[in-house]
Amino acid sequence: MTNDTAALVEYCVRLGDDALILGHRLSEWSGQAPTLEEDIALSNLGLDLIGQARLLYSLAGAREGQGRDEDRFAYFRDAAAFKNCLLVEQPNGDFAATIVRHLLFAAMMHPYYQALSSSRDPALAEIAVKAAKEMAYHVRHAAEWAIRLGDGTAESHRRMAGALDDLWGYSGELFEMDAIETSLAGKAIVPDRAAVRPRFEATIARVLAEAALAVPKPRYMQTGGRHGRHTEHLGHLLAEMQVLARAHPEAVW
Amino acid sequence: MSDAMATTELDRARNIAGAVTDPEIPVLTLTDLGVIRAVRRDGCTIVVDISPTYIGCPAVLAIELAVEAALRDAGFGNVRISRVLSPAWSTDDITTEGREKLRQYGIAPPAGKSGKAALLFEDDCVACPHCGSTETRKLAEFGSTACKALWKCEACQEPFDYFKCI
Repeated sequence: MTNDTAALVEYCVRLGDDALILGHRLSEWSGQAPTLEEDIALSNLGLDLIGQARLLYSLAGAREGQGRDEDRFAYFRDAAAFKNCLLVEQPNGDFAATIVRHLLFAAMMHPYYQALSSSRDPALAEIAVKAAKEMAYHVRHAAEWAIRLGDGTAESHRRMAGALDDLWGYSGELFEMDAIETSLAGKAIVPDRAAVRPRFEATIARVLAEAALAVPKPRYMQTGGRHGRHTEHLGHLLAEMQVLARAHPEAVW
Repeated sequence: MSDAMATTELDRARNIAGAVTDPEIPVLTLTDLGVIRAVRRDGCTIVVDISPTYIGCPAVLAIELAVEAALRDAGFGNVRISRVLSPAWSTDDITTEGREKLRQYGIAPPAGKSGKAALLFEDDCVACPHCGSTETRKLAEFGSTACKALWKCEACQEPFDYFKCI
């Protein structure tokens, strides 16, 4: 494998892990969301993300050329091998925390996938075109709830403000660039995350203003997910997500 | 096989694949939905290129299996379904006939072009599929499936599904 291929595989795994872990978190709401409509909504958003993860893992496996398929990536790696950002593995908490987490993620990933749509790697570009269309309504859904709850009752406002305070420190990692992504960005294969930041900030500023919530002040940002250093929550998530596949490794259905 | 015969066979395969209906919205054929990108020959295999509507939509696999089964039932021995992402499917691909079928089925067809769907603080102007009024409002971003939103008509008071623009 050349350095470029190895970098692309690692990159696809990062994006795939972000999507899979958040998709799994949303699936935890299935059957217990506050209303039936929201139950369906969160499950559908989760399905989108898991679908995106499958495509990204398949691409990673194909480029790697060592026979790993999407299931090997999803079910047979331990926490240290997962490269998702810390934001997506944070527990669902209450509904406000789920909405804030999704707003931060989608406000980044919608413009990010739009930028990735012009990647010089056609396989990556076509996944991005599809994912960008989906992330557009992820932003809309999260934004509408953020406004309704933030500008709602004293209790819903308090919870939204609390969730924003808890989760804001995980937003910086969305924009981290390292040697791998900088090298791919130099070849116009992936976008520079910094270039997407103004659109993220504009969306967040506008939504929070409507939601009567203040944009949090700059602070220390949590980091480590891209290097496999995770919060304690990921291990518990993986234990649940992977148990069946690990108990019956060759099972087909 | 002569070229003319081969073309006829391919047309027959195209018609059969295109007539398969969507598992979630059975009034729509795959031709109406605009997901069949090509029906072509690869050696002695018939290849159907299908574009998924939503990446994670559970109907995608059901559609692929249904197309394969329909072609086998019609006597095509070697069939392969190929999933193509590019060009990405959008609601612009739903035919005029498909939109009318949706409306008669009680689902408001996508309003406008997919390009404007990304706007954050604007809702589409959606006509009620029952009475035609545009005095409608969105109740929830998601209806019975990912591709639909739940709306309500203020004129006739009926709730309805709206096929979102993507």
